[in-house]
Amino acid sequence: MRVTFTANGKPVEADDVWEGESLLYVLRERVGLPGSKNACEQGECGSCTVYLDGVPVCSCLVAAGQVQDREVRTVEGLADDESGELGLVQQAFIDAGAVQCGFCTPGLLVQTDALLEQDAQPSDTDIREALSGNLCRCTGYEKIMDAVRLASARKCQKVGHSE
Amino acid sequence: MSARTIQGQKNLQDINQASKDGIGGSPLRPDGTLKVKGEFAYSSDLWHEDMLWGMALRSPHPRANILSVDISEAVKTPGVYAVLTHDDIPGSKFYGLEIQDQPALAKDKVRYHGEAIAIVAADHPETARRAVKKIKVEYEVLTPIVTEEQCLDPETYGYVHEPHEYKSHGYGNICHEQRLVHGGGVTDEIRALADVIVKGTYEVGMQDQAFLGPESGMAVPAEDGGIDLYVATQWLHVDRQQIAPVLGLPEEKVRLTLAGVGGAFGGREDLSMQIHACLLAQRTGKPVKIVYARDESFFGHVHRHPAKMYYEHGATRDGKLVYADARIVLDGGAYASASPAVVGNAASLGHGPYVIPNARMHAIALYSNNPSCGAMRGFGAVQACFGYETQMDKLAAELGMDPVELRQLNAMAEGDSMPTGQVIDSPAPVAELLQRVKDMPLPPPLDLDNLDVRTLPGALSNTSHGEGIVRGIGYSVGIKNVGFSEGFDDYSTARVRLEVIGGEPVAMVHTAMAEVGQGGITVHAQIARTELGVEQVTIHPANTEVGSAGSTSASRQTYMTGGAVKLAAEAVKQALITKGRQRYGWTQNDIDLVGGKVVSESAGVLVSMVDLLGDEAIDLTREHHHRPTVPFDKETGQGFGHVQYTFCANRAVVDVDVELGLVKVVELTAAQDVGKALNPLSVVGQIQGGCTQALGLAVMEEIIVKDGKVRNASFTDYLIPTILDTPPIPVDVLELPDPNAPYGLRGVGEAPTVSATPSIVAAIRQATGIALNRIPVRPEHLTGTL
Repeated sequence: MRVTFTANGKPVEADDVWEGESLLYVLRERVGLPGSKNACEQGECGSCTVYLDGVPVCSCLVAAGQVQDREVRTVEGLADDESGELGLVQQAFIDAGAVQCGFCTPGLLVQTDALLEQDAQPSDTDIREALSGNLCRCTGYEKIMDAVRLASARKCQKVGHSE
Repeated sequence: MSARTIQGQKNLQDINQASKDGIGGSPLRPDGTLKVKGEFAYSSDLWHEDMLWGMALRSPHPRANILSVDISEAVKTPGVYAVLTHDDIPGSKFYGLEIQDQPALAKDKVRYHGEAIAIVAADHPETARRAVKKIKVEYEVLTPIVTEEQCLDPETYGYVHEPHEYKSHGYGNICHEQRLVHGGGVTDEIRALADVIVKGTYEVGMQDQAFLGPESGMAVPAEDGGIDLYVATQWLHVDRQQIAPVLGLPEEKVRLTLAGVGGAFGGREDLSMQIHACLLAQRTGKPVKIVYARDESFFGHVHRHPAKMYYEHGATRDGKLVYADARIVLDGGAYASASPAVVGNAASLGHGPYVIPNARMHAIALYSNNPSCGAMRGFGAVQACFGYETQMDKLAAELGMDPVELRQLNAMAEGDSMPTGQVIDSPAPVAELLQRVKDMPLPPPLDLDNLDVRTLPGALSNTSHGEGIVRGIGYSVGIKNVGFSEGFDDYSTARVRLEVIGGEPVAMVHTAMAEVGQGGITVHAQIARTELGVEQVTIHPANTEVGSAGSTSASRQTYMTGGAVKLAAEAVKQALITKGRQRYGWTQNDIDLVGGKVVSESAGVLVSMVDLLGDEAIDLTREHHHRPTVPFDKETGQGFGHVQYTFCANRAVVDVDVELGLVKVVELTAAQDVGKALNPLSVVGQIQGGCTQALGLAVMEEIIVKDGKVRNASFTDYLIPTILDTPPIPVDVLELPDPNAPYGLRGVGEAPTVSATPSIVAAIRQATGIALNRIPVRPEHLTGTL
């Protein structure tokens, strides 16, 4: 089957998609967006998290056919489209040392972005709750907590300035 | 000369500050930007328009004779390009890290659940999956050999490998063993010297590395009949050494390039999909990609050895250890992998960082029909640490002593001997590390009036509002060796090139080191900056075009490959200075490279590196070997077997819901001596990550194997700690230089994984009063509902 949808603001189409293929497979293998990762394919690790119509989902659990005419935003869409400048959350993860092997990073970035969109100043417990669906095996999560706090502080500062 | 001279120390200092990204600083990862943009190419991201997908058929039985394999239906599946079995292997049928006992594809029999029997290449992963299902295998199913008792009685239960089946094989179902006798050993006379004796039997479950990036890579057939393999691994050269004979190719025709690695932790030391992808590429003439699904990953790599351990300690009334005795039985599973070296570690490190006048040890690894076990972070030291640290707590209770004081009273220090007779010839701040974690402030007590239930055991499940919650505190300390031991000529190679690019001096560092996420490439750039006084450093992709870097394991890469980069950079620096001496006739002995310039402490700036280099490049390669070690004596375990030791202490604070058996680690503190923190940000990250894997082993992580069958090969059923399970991990880093190591550094990555587990179990024990002799501790152990 043919699937057409919007990925990071651009229309994409994939042909000869087998009915059982996931959104994750289509993104990674058919439309050249391998940023979302394939670590468990059971929705347990969160490495494949993308926005689907603005809601973070595990793309491994979404059938390709379900995204017909919908909007997908992946980790590749978090940087500024024009300048290519890193997004606030992306920069914070680098600065805090929250990236080691980095395999979990794309999913964590999308989930963190979604968290800070809802609540720019989450408590530590809020952060832990929001990110509890994203496994990381390298960092021990401490530096991820630092990164989210840093992104939150920078976001609040930015909002403060613009007001 | 005067025209180029800047006078005064101040100017040199200014230039020095320009190198803040040298060692001791925390520059950001060179691959960080690519990783946060989703553009970093992991091995599972490789893509070729003409590529095929490879997949393996795996045995559902842990022990069976293979009577026949029928691939006829599978071959006929549209989209299938090749189906291969053992008979199609052009070269050697077996491979292995230490003993070549593992068939590339099973022949005649299978020895563990999940062993690969046949492989398929197809145009879509689903096509491959369907073809795999069409392969018909006729088995004669046999009763698996899975318990210690069965393994040690081959006359009754049989052999996992027939006797003398392989060249260097132990006997019976024992893969390897190591004994140790220290002081007067353990005799009735020695026992009589002790006022108090404590004994215990301990068990450790099978832990998985559970790196997030699945085993994957792509094999591309080359025009010269060779293979180019792009793969996630820990040691490119040892992979090649095992792959080439199976393909029937000389090593130089098998070229490996490191593809992005999503974590490793020992699980990529052995081969997984490498040979299979290469065989399929050889046969089809097309690029073949293999990406394991998570269940296949659980079958496709070796795990941490489960252990049964018998410990006995004797001490005087005032707490001084008199003797220690232990037997450690490691289940190595079907194939040897790294079991011999794991046994060596368990035996030599198995009595912990304590001064023990008399000791005995017997460590063995068994062959069984359980999944194969090999390298995992902590490598043989982890299991033992749970044993001896539990014993220390038991002994302290028996003596009515504070557990930290008892440990400090017996703690080894520089100048003391290991039970192997090896004198510790660098700092060993065991007592100090314990003091440091003890002195750190404790987290505030549970405040029932201002409770966020999400912080309680059971967290989001709203299982408690504070009732039935008991807090406990536990301590531990551990010891780990750094680098490869027992006479192994462990070395690493680095090539450093210095040239002018775009009007600036640029250093290039080329090694075969596997960057698995630990941050080695960041440190290599820091070393090159420090030694060469340049800002711009590029890291060449790791491949087999340069000499071996050894494995990214055993906490050795910064020590070994970092050391090689240092040697190569120093050689480049000397070559550059010699060039300057020849051209300008410099006679000073205090010449250095700083801030892109050649400078002299006495005469100031001599020349810019750009002017001195001109169009020429200096390109030199050096090897770094660590000081030699010797194998342990087979019977006594004596010998200078390890290169370096590293120590970490922990304090765990836990809350336990004693009604439901749920545990929440509230805080896990670590203190570790790293000799010299080359990159403090990365060092702390390694320690926190290591502590978290230890937390996993303490309370949740176990591959459940029943009658040789794996029951939980998925992330739904094999639990690794989430951010909700993981507490704040304050880290106190000590820097006491090791005079034998580059920059005085000590390996970092493994020590916290060795030490942190027992502190958590000790804390749960303190909270509940339950003995807890098996890890992981599960709710049923705490509620008596087993």
